Amino acid sequence: MNFPWLTVMLALPIAGALGTALLPRTISGTVVKQFALGVSLVDLVLGVVVALRFHNHGGTQFTENHQWIKSFGAHYALGVEGLGLSLILLTVILTPVVILASWNDGDDGRWGPKPFFAWMLALEGLAVGVFAATDVFLFYVFFEATLIPIYFLIGGYGGPNRARAAVKFLIYNLFGGLIMLAAVIGLYVESAKTKAGPSYLLSDLAHVHFGTDVGRWLFLGFMVAFVVKAPLFPVHTWLADTCEEATPGTSVLLVSILDKIGSFGMVRFCLTLFPEATHWATPAVVVLATISIIYGALMAIGEDNIPRLIAYTSVSHFGFIVLGIFVLNSQGLAGSDLYMFNHGLSTAALFLVGGYLIKRRGSASIRDFGGVEKVAPVLAGLLLISGLAVLSLPGLSPFVSEFLTIVGAFVYSPWAGAFAVTGIVLAAIYVLLMYQRTMTGPLREDNAGITDLNVREIAAVVPVIALMVVLGFFPKPLTAMLNPSVDHSLSQVGAHDPAPKVPSSAPADEGSAK
Amino acid sequence: MKFTAPHLEYSQLAPVLIILAVATIGVLVEAAVPRAQRYLVQTVLAIVGMLVALGDTFWVFGKLHPWSGTAHLGHVVAQGSLSVDGPAVFCWILVLVFSLLSVLLFAERRLEGGVTAFAGQASALPGTAAEREASTRGLEHTEVFPLMMFAVAGMMIFPAADDLITMFVGLEVLSLPLYLLCGLARRRRLLSQEAAMKYFMLGAFSSGFFVYGMALVYGYSGSMQLDKIAFAVSSQSGAHALLLGGMGMLAVGLFFKVGAAPFQAWVPDVYQGAPTSVTAFMAAGTKVAAFGALFRLFYVGFGGARWDWLPIVWIVAITTMVVGSVMALAQTDVKRLLAYSSVAHAGFMLTAFLGIRSLGDIGSGDIQPVQAILFYLTTYGLTNMAAFAIVTLVRDSGGEATSMAAWTGLGKKSPLVAGTFAFLLLGLGGIPLTSGFTAKWAVFASAMSAGAWPVVIIAVMGSAAAVFFYVRVIVLMFFTDGGHAAGEGPTVAVPSPMTSVVIAVGAAGTLVLGVVPGPLLDLLGRVGEFIR
Repeated sequence: MNFPWLTVMLALPIAGALGTALLPRTISGTVVKQFALGVSLVDLVLGVVVALRFHNHGGTQFTENHQWIKSFGAHYALGVEGLGLSLILLTVILTPVVILASWNDGDDGRWGPKPFFAWMLALEGLAVGVFAATDVFLFYVFFEATLIPIYFLIGGYGGPNRARAAVKFLIYNLFGGLIMLAAVIGLYVESAKTKAGPSYLLSDLAHVHFGTDVGRWLFLGFMVAFVVKAPLFPVHTWLADTCEEATPGTSVLLVSILDKIGSFGMVRFCLTLFPEATHWATPAVVVLATISIIYGALMAIGEDNIPRLIAYTSVSHFGFIVLGIFVLNSQGLAGSDLYMFNHGLSTAALFLVGGYLIKRRGSASIRDFGGVEKVAPVLAGLLLISGLAVLSLPGLSPFVSEFLTIVGAFVYSPWAGAFAVTGIVLAAIYVLLMYQRTMTGPLREDNAGITDLNVREIAAVVPVIALMVVLGFFPKPLTAMLNPSVDHSLSQVGAHDPAPKVPSSAPADEGSAK
Repeated sequence: MKFTAPHLEYSQLAPVLIILAVATIGVLVEAAVPRAQRYLVQTVLAIVGMLVALGDTFWVFGKLHPWSGTAHLGHVVAQGSLSVDGPAVFCWILVLVFSLLSVLLFAERRLEGGVTAFAGQASALPGTAAEREASTRGLEHTEVFPLMMFAVAGMMIFPAADDLITMFVGLEVLSLPLYLLCGLARRRRLLSQEAAMKYFMLGAFSSGFFVYGMALVYGYSGSMQLDKIAFAVSSQSGAHALLLGGMGMLAVGLFFKVGAAPFQAWVPDVYQGAPTSVTAFMAAGTKVAAFGALFRLFYVGFGGARWDWLPIVWIVAITTMVVGSVMALAQTDVKRLLAYSSVAHAGFMLTAFLGIRSLGDIGSGDIQPVQAILFYLTTYGLTNMAAFAIVTLVRDSGGEATSMAAWTGLGKKSPLVAGTFAFLLLGLGGIPLTSGFTAKWAVFASAMSAGAWPVVIIAVMGSAAAVFFYVRVIVLMFFTDGGHAAGEGPTVAVPSPMTSVVIAVGAAGTLVLGVVPGPLLDLLGRVGEFIR
């Protein structure tokens, strides 16, 4: 029997969380933090090993399959292909980063550092489970279970209105999740009609033929949950409120990792299980995604609160991701798959550096800052780089992905492409305005006390930025991992790239070719 | 006229007979044993009686060969008045397990300073010298144990009854002791007595409906036996109006017992007023018995007329879920909150009821409605029992502090108790990896397989609302700073091992049935078939 890599990767942080929670009270907070960091680093090593053993063209790998609940047709089935693996890697990379960056954020929370880091580790394990599940029931269980740690992370640590924010987050996500539950049960009913009996395995469900109406309803059930999760206009409102109250580390885990479940789910479930319904819904989703791109960017421009601003930039970027998925061509989908990873990195960097800044000043309002680069040059530099990554500057990894999604959008329809492009311009405005207002200009008197970053804080952010630079110039490892996954998704959904319209022989034919 | 002795299958009926015998012995103990020793004797008698009956029930269950691939259907016994089939015997097991846990709660003495939570002398008027005297002398009502035993016997007869008369006898035997038990609280006696009165009046009223329904159905089919009624229904022999009226009246009686809207008005008052241990017993036990009877009556007796009654059940299920969830949102008392949650859960259980299909439509591996409901009853009973047990622990000088304001900041005071309660609430809310989720999945899948998807959509919306009010309690316990200065506000009492066992069993059940529900579901899939 093969070594169950994925199970170990998901069980280790959860065991670490239990271990953290069970550490005796006499243990000091520092030991708890070191222990949590250690566990997450071991998981990172495991993730790297898995990535090295992964064959780009080997389909779904590291599979495990055990029957779990026979009467439900549910299995404990794990496995990764390119997209799942890239997001698992994102999870195991960002968790130690977040733990290191949030070193002292748990101290002044409601219950001290121990539960803070225990919940973070539990979240890491569950997130790995979500991205690795190849059984819809198991996916659903992990999907809902991730809500509990993040709920306590938001509600227990962060700003004064955190309890309210936590409830708002939970209600939105549970509502979406429960709608999905109805669809998950619907899948059971449909698969129970087949000769093989009920099964939730994706490989079995691929053989189930859904009627047009049934398929569309089930698609909608899944889509509602995913659209709430990877927030699209008009169900995005929870994100800004949550990020405003949560600690920067929690926001990273939420936006960079958990919200990806939504876009990941669209590719993994909506596209592959319901191809007919996907084509049917494409125009509506494309319109929603385009609205999200522009609306999120406009809201970000008008926002004074730094975490809310970053949250709105994410609404805009999730618009790009969803747009790339639903244009149903190889450029768009490849761009989206890449973007899920890169957006995780860029947003994480911006949230963390922004968090450092806010913690030093004790205010999240851009108005309270001015000329900070004079007293904290390193902080200013890191904020600038993260900001440039968010606005997709060439040379940093998000550029490649945003470029590809926009190309995909143009292939789908010039209109969608044209609207999406405005997102780039608006992104430059919101990022540079924020930088200009906080960092440049004369130093404000009340900002003089801001100190520069310490070694721990720099050490937490630098790996993320380094990764963005490397992948910005050399995205090959990531694209090679993702491309087979893109091709697979597209063949499942039955989409083909439109043949390029090349003038065939003479320029005179150009007009008549249409 | 010659009297022929009825033929009774004693071996099959033994569990019920044991409970009835223990109840009767309990009455004798009250008369013969000195007051000082009664508590001990009654408690031991009740626990031993339950254990013996439970063991015997497992023996009867084993006779059905539930562990093998094809289970035996069971037998109709006692001259056609009781069916000892899979669902019935499983209901017996559930009732006995819940009752055993309830006995442990009934016998808890450490929380009230050395006496049980029942009135010292129920006949003494509240606030009089007689009451004070009873309390200074440390009197206890140990009659609660035999009363409970009779109720248990009723709860066992009710879901197994194969004719309407026996069903009615079961209904009354289970109800009458419960009316009494509800009025026996040591604290807040007026509230408790009011609850008992309300429960009795409305209960008697609904029993009246039930009897009237019996009469109409007898008029239609000429028999009280469920199989004969089923025959009459399928041959459409009688006047259809009689059947409709009869089914409606019987349904009213049963919907009242399960607490389905619009017959749920008694639930919050009675759950709040009754001693909490009785509430726990009632919530778990009555639901099992009444849903067992409801399923048997309508699936076996009126299965052929399901196109007549299904629309009504759709409406009742939807109303129950909506009323339970919406009313719970506005509650400020933990017991009332759990009461409305119990109404909402009755609605979720009714969705399983909608899963009735003709045999040809059911695939081999499909979730059956009876399988789903029995699983739901198991999980709901265990979770609810532990939740009510925790309610008895949070106390101030006036006894249990059930107002939600008093629970503010409990997470800091007692993380273990508050954490367990939070877990149980998540279980009631149906979060994955708790039994509430698997149970909800089972009943919703059963309903959706039969095409009742609109009800399922409303049910998931109701679940979202339900999670909101459970989470409100969690927010209060963990995220809100207590309004009490140090040393004020309620304390979390340390119970005797008896209450701790109940909490531990309930919480463990909630976790285990959430993570590995497979074995129990498979078992229920094999025994979830009524004998017809």
